[in-house]
Parts: sequence; structure tokens; C-alpha cells
Amino acid sequence: MADLHIGPDVATELERCAVDDVISDVGAAVVHHGDRMVRGGTARRNERRHLLLPALHALQHHAGWISPGGLNYLCDQLQIPPAEAYGVATFYELFRVDDPGHTDDVVHVCIDAACQIAGSAETVAELRSAGRRIHESPCLGQCERPTAQFVQGRGRPDRVEADEEPFELPQAGTDGLRLLRRISAGVDPMSLESYVAAGGYAALAKAFVRGAENVVEEVVASGLMGRGGAAFPTGIKWRAVAGETGQKHVVVNADESEPGTFKDRTLMEHDPFAIVEAATIAGFATGATKGWIYIRGEYPLATKRIQNAIDQARGAGFLGQGIARSTIDFDLEVRRGAGAYICGEETALFNSIEGFRGEPRQKPPFPTTNGLFDRPTAINNPETLVNVLDIVTDGGAAFASIGTKGSSGSKLFCLSGRVGTPGLYEADFGVTLGEVLDLAGGVSGTGELQAILLGGAAGSFVGPDSLRMPLTFEAARAAGVSLGSGVIMVFDSSVDQLPILTRLAEFFRNESCGQCVPCRIGTVRQHEVMVRLASGPSTDNRWELDLQLLEEMDTAMKDASICGLGHTAATAIRSAFDLGLVEKPGVTQ
Amino acid sequence: MTSSSERTATSSERTATDTSLETPVRLSIDEVDVEVAAGASVLDACTAAGIDTPTLCFAENLTPVNACRICVVEHEGSRTLIPACSRRAEDGMAIQTDSERVRHSRKMILEFLASGVDLSQADPLASLVSEYGADPARYGDAVATMDEDVRIEDDLYVRDYDKCVLCYKCVEACGDDAQHTFAIAVAGRGFDARISTEFDVELPDSACVYCGNCVAVCPTNALQFTTEFDLRTAGEWRPDEQTTTRTVCSYCGVGCNLDLHVQDETIVKVTSPNDHSVTSGHLCIKGRFGWGYVHGR
Ligand SMILES: Cc1cc2nc3c(=O)[nH]c(=O)nc-3n(C[C@H](O)[C@H](O)[C@H](O)COP(=O)(O)O)c2cc1C
Ligand code: SF4
Ligand code: SF4
Ligand code: SF4
Ligand code: FES
Ligand code: FES
Repeated sequence: MADLHIGPDVATELERCAVDDVISDVGAAVVHHGDRMVRGGTARRNERRHLLLPALHALQHHAGWISPGGLNYLCDQLQIPPAEAYGVATFYELFRVDDPGHTDDVVHVCIDAACQIAGSAETVAELRSAGRRIHESPCLGQCERPTAQFVQGRGRPDRVEADEEPFELPQAGTDGLRLLRRISAGVDPMSLESYVAAGGYAALAKAFVRGAENVVEEVVASGLMGRGGAAFPTGIKWRAVAGETGQKHVVVNADESEPGTFKDRTLMEHDPFAIVEAATIAGFATGATKGWIYIRGEYPLATKRIQNAIDQARGAGFLGQGIARSTIDFDLEVRRGAGAYICGEETALFNSIEGFRGEPRQKPPFPTTNGLFDRPTAINNPETLVNVLDIVTDGGAAFASIGTKGSSGSKLFCLSGRVGTPGLYEADFGVTLGEVLDLAGGVSGTGELQAILLGGAAGSFVGPDSLRMPLTFEAARAAGVSLGSGVIMVFDSSVDQLPILTRLAEFFRNESCGQCVPCRIGTVRQHEVMVRLASGPSTDNRWELDLQLLEEMDTAMKDASICGLGHTAATAIRSAFDLGLVEKPGVTQ
Repeated sequence: MTSSSERTATSSERTATDTSLETPVRLSIDEVDVEVAAGASVLDACTAAGIDTPTLCFAENLTPVNACRICVVEHEGSRTLIPACSRRAEDGMAIQTDSERVRHSRKMILEFLASGVDLSQADPLASLVSEYGADPARYGDAVATMDEDVRIEDDLYVRDYDKCVLCYKCVEACGDDAQHTFAIAVAGRGFDARISTEFDVELPDSACVYCGNCVAVCPTNALQFTTEFDLRTAGEWRPDEQTTTRTVCSYCGVGCNLDLHVQDETIVKVTSPNDHSVTSGHLCIKGRFGWGYVHGR
């Protein structure tokens, strides 16, 4: 590595304190001895690179932006080339590098579909005319309470006003809840005592009795499939990691940014100890001693509660060295994302934690061999992990008997849009789409169903004739759709789909990491086509040409992109056209 | 083309498990069986089978970044196409290099690039555009482009990001693949991503040491010598009339080979051969730009 060239701008006292606070535990990458300076060397520097993201958060939070002086100081302390750190800072929506005048809080207003049909455009206009500083945001993971907002504080905590309202689980008190049973029972999410009284940490004790290998085999036997969207068998993943040697990691992927999804936020806010316990079991089972939980930057309450759960668990000896009086070491560290959907893609998430741009890596190699810090890594979604508690307690076979043969267990569904009671619902796999819709009080608005966006922006639209479809991985696959992260976003007959689809296209355009050509430019061309289609009657054969373009772009993005974002960027839009949700405007005879 | 086993052998990172000593890998490329050394890429295998694969972000002297995707090929059993440049050849792979799917993706990638980036000085790409029947005009007029002004910040080279395909090559050359200066990186996200210094400061204020290694690897002439830029602007750039003379840099004892590109008896740019054992194509400011004395300047 080279001698760094640090520009002339100097940090303010405030900025220096902000950075120092983040790195004080481990010290700077450069050690000073009197007048002389001794550079710490490559190893010392590489060990600290992962502090870049927390340090950028600290600068943004305290100074209101990432200033040249602040970045210089940070780069000097961590010995990161300023161009690289700037490249990282500009990757994220929550960091501003060009806005020194920015002294007030920023209100992020969701403009994605569930909020769009609830009137986000009016909310934006109202807040603007009230003089608020507005940032139009992709889905904020609060789709059950549109129009969603998140306030990015300057020098004071970030906050979500809706978090101050009392929380109500629509299914509270219902029998048969598994994943939601502690929430339904009102277990205090801030208290380890309350969690333990409700049976918490019995699963970890049982895991120790079973032994690591047996835990992995029970998870394999359970048939548990990942709930983050890709539906990969968790047991197989764990078995692969368990078979590796040396330093290994467990990562909880709580970056939840798939439009329409708010299940992981609900779990983190209201059942945080379950996630911490399950991650600990994952560490024990795979032989990983280090765990990370990467929480979406726009989730201040979830972050607070997970951090509290970790602190209390550590205080009680459930995390750290020799957990629960065993010889097993495991600890968890929280990382906050900073506004980038792509960082939910597992390899982008690794890069993000490591202090690099959140660009996905080409697979193979897979995370089980080359994951976080290039080490074997078991990465799972919070909902996936919470299932593990029952699997360890009751055994894999008992879990496998729930749901269907191909889709064991129960699933959380995120109901939003034109539906009676939007919110989080749990049902065993095999329940039909119509039954879940009924659970949530059926279609609201006109009462007549136009379409459902199933699986999120990366999923597809389905029509009323899909209401009898069982919600299982196998039935979805057979129907050519995906359950994704459990999104069920409902549109009644009054919704005009063109603006929804145009916004969907804009979402992918904005969220593409920009690494590979098919997605970086393809998502832009797709959005341009949607803008053109939405702009009114088309002349001659432009409409047909544009539909042809959409189809050809879809094929290329699916075939040639690096990651799932590009692969699915056109899926929902094309499904809407296939369903006939958009008709060719008249007047062209 | 250097095969990757040769690259491994010359690599400073050569380890005890030298892959060239392992059993070779057998796979089929367009139904023809080929054998390549363990550790070779699918691209190497295609080359061994006599098949020309287009590449853009790949270079023999840089780590593959798999960004452009122009090299994709069809791999039986894979859901998506795979990048030939970075995917290791595996025993029993069945690869199709000219299937309908491969041609389609390549065509689209070329259309995407040609509709958003100025490829006028990216010769091999321009000919691929016609070879694959790409038609960038069909996206209409209202298309976003790179839309960047030429940056002339010093006397040595210009940056014209209108021509930039974001292949990451310059970043790699400036970073740990060669120069270790890290003056430039990718900033921004998605279509707004650009090659940039910190806060986009001008090059003389950045870490840049003017080795010109970024210029040497740029495939589209987004980075070019000021001498070339001035001649092009004056309409006097005539590559057909240029000669190339190999010599050894006269400044220090390292012994870098230089290729002097000469037009009208004047040096117009300097490169170094990629396969040269000392440079792998990379130079320092003296060899790259310090030729003025030859002309008494
Ligand atoms: C663009 C993109 C975004 C993703 N976002 C998330 C996410 O927010 N949360 C998540 O758990 N998985 C997400 N994934 C899937 C992850 O890559 C990975 O498959 C998952 O975290 C594995 O956990 P699981 O097996 O428990 O589902 C995303 C994938 C892609 C391609
Ligand atoms: S598909 Fe899109 S998001 Fe994924 S790596 Fe490529 S550009 Fe980035
Ligand atoms: S000239 Fe050399 S130091 Fe300067 S940007 Fe290019 S590669 Fe980096
Ligand atoms: S400037 Fe040239 S080398 Fe650098 S990314 Fe752009 S096209 Fe590639
Ligand atoms: S919060 Fe608005 S769509 Fe999810
Ligand atoms: S040459 Fe292979 S991805 Fe660019």
C-alpha cells in the first residue's frame, strides 16, 4: 500500500471526536511515538478497514455530512485512500458529501407502491411546503402504516414517529402462532428476564445437549428453507460451513429493503432476543465464534432493541467467552446499513461490512467457503433463524411435519396496500393466497381485487385467479412466481398500474449498484421505456417496439447480470403486462 | 493470449500448490473437447479451442472484475450465463460460445453501451456492434448518457468520461494490481457511478503520481495522452502512419521496455508490452511521459 495523499482540508473538533469515538477501542492504524511516527503496517490497517462504515455514520450523524476535512481525518486514522473512502461514502443514500448547508433533520418519505397508492406524493408536497427537508426514499419497511417516514437526525438520534404509537399485532391472541407467539404473548422486547420467563434460551441449552453436529442434522432434517428470498436449505448451508476450519462467521442479514417487506423489522423490534439466541445457536452449530447482524440504516428502533438484547445477553453470559457456562465462544456485533437495497444481497453485504462499496461478488465461490473477510460464513435472514429455536427444541422431524412436504414450517406474510388490516401475519405453508388475504380482512378500497404483488419488487404480480394458489415454494415455482420475502401487496380495481410500474422501474434504476453493464444500463433503459409508456398515447408502432424492448432487456438482465437484482429487475413489470394490467392507450388508428 | 497457467507461473503470488502441476482440466467448448491446465479460466479454454471471445473489462495484467459481461458464455446446467474471463474451467463443463442466448446478451450489452457511452474511439467495440447486429438507436432519443465534459487538468493526459464504460481497469491499475497509489476509485452508484478522485478534486490535487498506467489500460480512450488528444482535436491523428519502436527506458536501472509510438518523427505516446517480465505493461511517470528530451524539449 502506498503512502497516502491526504488533502489540505482539516476536520473540526466535532468531526475528530466523532471518528475517535468509533476507533477508540482498537486505536488508529498509525501509531505515533513522540515526534516520530511509526506506521502500523498492512495487517494493522486491514484489521481496521471494517470501521469505515461506522465512522462514516458517525461523521454524517454529528456533522450532518461527510466533509472533505472529516473524510481526511478518517482516512488518516484508518489509513484508507481518500478516493476509496469517498467511493464508499457516495454509495449510500444516507451519506451526503455535497451538502455543507444541511443543518436540519431530513425527513425520508417512502414513495414506493404501498405508500404511493396511499398518497405519498401529497405527503411529500405538504412536508415541503411546511419547510421540511425531504428525501424521497425507496420502501422504508413500514408498508403497513403508509405514508412511511423516517427522520434522519443531525446530532440527535434518528427516529420514526410511528414507532411511538402502541404496537398491535393483528393476530395477537390467535392460537397456533409459532414465530409470532412471543410477540402475541406480549413478552417485553427490552427484557432478557421476560424472554427467559417465556422459555427463552431453553433452545440454546438444548443445542448444547444435542451437540453441534446433531443441531446441523436436525436443521437439515427440518427442511427449513431460507426466508430471505432465495429459499436455500439452511441445513445444507450450515453443514457446509461446519465442515470448514479456521475462523468462521455467522451473519444475520437484517438489511430488509425489499419493497413491501417489514417482517424482520417487526421481529427485531418485538422479539429481538429470539434472533440473538438463534444466531448464537448458528454459531455453535457451525463452529463460528464471530457473529454480525447487519441492520438496515432506516431501522432505529430495531437497532436499539437488538443492541439492547445483545448487551443484556452478554451481561448474563449468553454471549462472549464461554457462553452459558460452556467452553463455546460467540459474540455478536451490530452493523448499520446506510441506505442501499443491494446491501441485502449477501456478498454485497460482506463488502459493505468490510468497508468497501456494496457491490456483489461473482459466485462461485460461495459464502460457505469465501464469505465475510473471505472466511467461511453462514448468512441467514432473521426469520429463518427464529425458526431454528423450535427445530432445536422439538427436533427436525416435528418441524418438517408442519406445512407441506416441500415447504416446512410457517411463514410470515407482509400484507400491505388495499387490504382490510395491513400488517404482519403468520400462517403455515400451504395456506392459500386467498385465505391469507381473508385473514387480513380482504380487499379494501373498491373491494374488487385487481392484482397482488407477490414477493416484492423482485417478485411478480398475480391476478384474482391465483387466490386459490397454495403459498408454498413448490406451488410458486410451478406457477412461475416467487414467494420472495413474503410480500403480499394488494391493489384494488381503482389503482392505475402505469405509475406503479414506472416507479418500480425507477426503484431498480436507483438501486442498481452499477457494477455490471446489463443492470447498470439495462435498468435505466427499462425505466426510460416505462416513462415513455406512461406518458400517454403512443404513435405508430412505438408501443409494440417498447414492449419488445422490455422483453429483450429482461432476457439479457436475467442471463448476463451478476446478481439477483439484475436478474429480477424486469420480472414484476413483465408480469404486469402479461396479466394485462396495463392496456395500450387508444387513439392510434 | 497468455494462458492463465503462464500467468500463475510468473505471478509473484506463486505458492506451493502451483496449479500448473495439477492434472489438467477437460471440458467441451462448442462440442469440441479441450484440455487446459488446472486453474485456467473458461476464457483460456475458449482460446485453446480457437474461439475468439470478446472482452472489455478483462486484461491479462489485471485481476478480473466481471463487470462488463460481454464475455458471457452458456454453461450447461447454469441458470444464467457465466463470465468466461473469470470463471475457472472445471472438469466436464459443457460450454456454448455462440448460442442464441449468448449472442442476445452480447448484443444487448453492446446496445446498452453504445446508447450511453461515446464509443467513437473504442475500435474493437465499434466493430462488435455491427458483428452482433446491435442497434442502439432503437431506444429512442430520450436516453441517459454519461454526459461528461472533457477534463484537461495537466499537460500529460486528459480524462473524457463520456467515453467511459466503467470497466474498472484504471482503478485496478492505480490500485493494488499495479501502482498502489489509489488516486481514483468508483464513486456514486448505479448509472451515476463515475471514476473519481475524492470529492472529485482535480488530478494534480489528488494522490495521482502520473504513472499513466490507467491510460495504458483504458479500452475506450476515455483516458488518453494529451499529445494524442491535441492531435485528434486538430484532425491530425493518423494511427495508420505511426510506427512503434521498442527500446529500454533510459532513466533508471530497472530496465523497463518502452514502445515509442511515433508519428511524423515525433513521439506521440509511450506504452510498455503487457508480456514484458519487468513491467507487465506498467511504467512510471519518467518512462511514460518523460520523453520530451528526445525532441530537445
Ligand atoms: C438484491 C437483493 C437483495 C436482498 N436483500 C435481502 C434482505 O434484505 N434480507 C435477506 O435476508 N436476504 C436478502 N437477499 C437474499 C440474500 O442474498 C441471501 O440469500 C439471504 O440473506 C440468505 O439468508 P436465508 O437463507 O436465511 O434466506 C437479497 C438478495 C438480493 C439479490
Ligand atoms: S446485477 Fe445490478 S446490482 Fe447486481 S452486481 Fe450487477 S449492477 Fe450491481
Ligand atoms: S496516472 Fe497513475 S497514479 Fe495517476 S490516476 Fe493514473 S494510475 Fe493512478
Ligand atoms: S476511464 Fe477507461 S479504464 Fe477507467 S473505467 Fe472508464 S473506460 Fe475503464
Ligand atoms: S414503506 Fe412505503 S412501500 Fe414499504
Ligand atoms: S470481460 Fe469478462 S466480464 Fe468483462
